[in-house]
Amino acid sequence: MLNPDSVGSTFAGTDSITVSQSEIDAFCAVIGETDTSIAPPTFTIRITLTQFEEILTRPEIGLDWSRLVHGDQKFEIFSPVKAGDQLTCAATIESYRVAAGNEIVTVRSDLKREERLVISAWSTLVVRA
Amino acid sequence: MIEVGTVLDEKVFYLDRELLKQYADASGDQNPIHQNEEFALSVGLPNVIAHGMLTMALVGKYVSDFAGGSANVIEYSARFTKPVIVPAGEKVDLTVTGTVSEVDGNKVSLSLTATSAGVKVLGMAKAVVLK
Repeated sequence: MLNPDSVGSTFAGTDSITVSQSEIDAFCAVIGETDTSIAPPTFTIRITLTQFEEILTRPEIGLDWSRLVHGDQKFEIFSPVKAGDQLTCAATIESYRVAAGNEIVTVRSDLKREERLVISAWSTLVVRA
Repeated sequence: MIEVGTVLDEKVFYLDRELLKQYADASGDQNPIHQNEEFALSVGLPNVIAHGMLTMALVGKYVSDFAGGSANVIEYSARFTKPVIVPAGEKVDLTVTGTVSEVDGNKVSLSLTATSAGVKVLGMAKAVVLK
């Protein structure tokens, strides 16, 4: 179970992440995107979900990642991501409830480049009973 | 002319197990429900299912194409309502359409639908692009 005291808190992710051209190329190849000069709109989910897993499964927060399904996802993109970008990630646990034994948690990820917000992404994650 | 109610051309993407593996590597999401049929069945799924975020990435490509490039996509959201089921050796469809729901200056809002094998797989799928 998620520790209810963590709701409303923001947690810094690990060190900044540098986006490589090969990562963007691989993501573009999957969806048939030929313009690889910027990242596709959902590219940063690879950063966000990794950071969510690292943060939410910390012992003091306690989410069970192994029973998790993705409920919904939203992106607000303020500046396109490009190769060479160094991004920091912070995760905020915005809401938490239990319904029919399922834990439903909404987490916001803020990715920043040089302290400026690049993308905010909201994920609703469901831990199945 | 883009106005509220304008219907965008339909586009069909095809998904197979190879694409799921390729997305797993590109996204870092190696959850076995997207690659291993035995495992997927063992956790009560009908078969291997596509990553919800792969579905969203493909619909995102549809949005980027309409927008004239990914740089013009400023909001994008969806709910994962039903899985895209990907049996071995098959190519399954992801059929995408969009309708203009709002025009506000250079911001155009789209309401998107995505189905696979006739089943709606995304709910409340919306995007805002700059045109």
